[in-house]
Amino acid sequence: MTTRRNFLRSCLAGGAAAAATVAPVAVSARETHPRPPEGLGLLYDATLCIGCQACVAACKRVNENTPEFNVMDKLWDTPLDTSGHTFNLIKMYRHGTMETKDAEENGYSFMKTSCMHCADPSCVSACPVSAMKKDPETGIVGYDADACIGCRYCVAACPFGIPKYQYDSPTGKIGKCELCRHRHQDGHYSACAEVCPTGATLFGRTEDLLAEAKRRLALKPGDWTAIPRGRLRHAQEKVLAGGEDGKGARHRHGWRDEPDQSYQAQVGHYLQHVYGETEYGGTQVLKLSAVNFQKAGMPDLPPKASAATSETIQHTLYGGLVMPIAVLGALTFVARRNVVAEEEGKEGDRS
Amino acid sequence: MSAHRHAAPTPVGGNLLNPTTLVCGALAIAMLTVLVARFLFGLGAVTNLNDGYPWGIWVVVDVIIGSAFACGGFSVAMLVYIFNRGHYHPLVRPALLASLFGYTLAGVGVIFDLGRYWNFWHIFWPGYANPNSVMFEVAVCISAYITVMWIEFSPTFMEKWGMKDARKKLDKVLFFFIALGTLLPMMHQSSLGTLLVVMGPQVNPLWQTPVVPLLYLLTAIAIGYGVVLFESCVASSAYRRQIEIHLLEPMAKVMLGVLGLYMAVRFGDLVVRGALANAFKPSLEAFVFWIENLAFLAPFALVGSTASRRNPARLFLAGIAIMVGGVFLRINGFLIGYDTGLGVDSGWNYFPSIAEMIVTAGMFALEVLGYIVITRRFPVLPREGGAAAH
Repeated sequence: MTTRRNFLRSCLAGGAAAAATVAPVAVSARETHPRPPEGLGLLYDATLCIGCQACVAACKRVNENTPEFNVMDKLWDTPLDTSGHTFNLIKMYRHGTMETKDAEENGYSFMKTSCMHCADPSCVSACPVSAMKKDPETGIVGYDADACIGCRYCVAACPFGIPKYQYDSPTGKIGKCELCRHRHQDGHYSACAEVCPTGATLFGRTEDLLAEAKRRLALKPGDWTAIPRGRLRHAQEKVLAGGEDGKGARHRHGWRDEPDQSYQAQVGHYLQHVYGETEYGGTQVLKLSAVNFQKAGMPDLPPKASAATSETIQHTLYGGLVMPIAVLGALTFVARRNVVAEEEGKEGDRS
Repeated sequence: MSAHRHAAPTPVGGNLLNPTTLVCGALAIAMLTVLVARFLFGLGAVTNLNDGYPWGIWVVVDVIIGSAFACGGFSVAMLVYIFNRGHYHPLVRPALLASLFGYTLAGVGVIFDLGRYWNFWHIFWPGYANPNSVMFEVAVCISAYITVMWIEFSPTFMEKWGMKDARKKLDKVLFFFIALGTLLPMMHQSSLGTLLVVMGPQVNPLWQTPVVPLLYLLTAIAIGYGVVLFESCVASSAYRRQIEIHLLEPMAKVMLGVLGLYMAVRFGDLVVRGALANAFKPSLEAFVFWIENLAFLAPFALVGSTASRRNPARLFLAGIAIMVGGVFLRINGFLIGYDTGLGVDSGWNYFPSIAEMIVTAGMFALEVLGYIVITRRFPVLPREGGAAAH
């Protein structure tokens, strides 16, 4: 008869093995990834937005997305949220009498909803088949339908609620903004920024956009300032540097020729906060607003990306398969001893 | 050790056509009808899934809870072969059988939910596979475990079909598959909890914690014992067999030990993270948190004493309580305590459609059906009367 003490001892051994498989020891803690230095993005300035939805229409057109109807007469595309067929939407904040633009009390404001292109995206970490990938150079979070298995873990993982699935199709794909990367080879950039009449959505390198955002925050509300439209030029970029540069980076310097579209506008009553500078480890799409970001529909997020936490746990437990193999070795040793003992027991049974 | 001598498994026999199997068959057919519609018209045609709740009961119940319910085989095999408690051996085969069905169906059930199921093989294919993904680990591990379980269970078929040579060869290496069959569920049952981590603050702090893999592993083991209690009671009542109280009584004690450890980790973690206050807010999340934890505490009241553990009704109820706790832990984390966009969006809702429930019911019906067919025709349950054992 095995004694209780023996049993407890083997329980402890087994418990230690079990704890070793799951205890998240922070030996190889994975830090939140920073933005790639040449990463591309958008700057959305809610105080400049007039809610015309030109960007929504342009996004639909260039991504060949079907219209969505939410009113009785199906005359116009009327999506209520981003979806598998709507990658970009301007939402509205309303309060009270809605008299004043960009006021929280009795006012209204707009907010662009589209992929934030996180520095350390949850969707990329979640995707089991690398259908969501972050381009190491541009930082664009791109989707590959041919790789995707449709598990929708990316949809569940994203705190901005961005990747969306086409539930209406038997072969549904995930739909999300990819910063119009399919148009870059022709010298086009994100359609939403291309068509924005007020420069509320501006395309460029995130580092340049961040500097531009901080420039605006430093100005005095009500003063006049030059607001660029379309694409924000790189500080060192030669004006109209179109065409091949022979270094395989055509999309970086090969944007289509455009005249300077900047104009004079009044500085908004900004909150001193560039949304996306640090949220969830930073994003490549940045936002400015006069209305509280949470009220306008942007989540309040910590500076650490959850992808870093998740991958730290996974790599601590399974890195190089060291821990599973060690535990398997121990279990094999114990199981072998006990199974052999049982065989002998069986022999005795028969005799 | 005399404890190794016990009744050899034998087929129960009897008719395969009875009210239970007919009901199960009907549910399975209803499930197939829904699945035809799902594959012809898409997930939206039959489910209430939406972009706020991209995972419904097909993932959370059929796969995450279904596989936890299928941990009986793992929990009992661990007791027998790792902790050398040979006298529990008669429980291994029936528990392994239930696990085999639970896991195989969970694996198949995933396909129904995959929006682009024809690409499924990508998850195992270098170049596509993403080792950073928790889902990747879960998928590979569960697939491997299903294979290992069929190997572990194959002696049953070999005995039935008289494949003595194959049986002998397998016996020589079976210890390795038993070890693998213990490691793999530890890995993926913990990772099923880790699936929550990347969702970050969208998951209520009551369920979002870096120790979530340990919570899911411990509850999977405890649920494993709970399911064995439940199944043993149901099987002995349905087949009018004697209940194996002499085995279930000490096993229930082991279960309480695992559960006690779990409760210590669970509340210790909540206190350390300062998240316990969320349990006292007047919210749905707090309400379901207490249902979950009362269900986990109930077995202590039900089968806390040796005398109460000899009462089959109490063992049965304790088994159910622990299963209910496991169900709530998982539904609470993945559905009730989950909020896309942290509440700043327009507000999403999810409640499963009838069609979704039909598929889930059909899956469980298939498991019951398979269990009945195999126990009646193959040597799984110990021979009635105890023979050489006691």
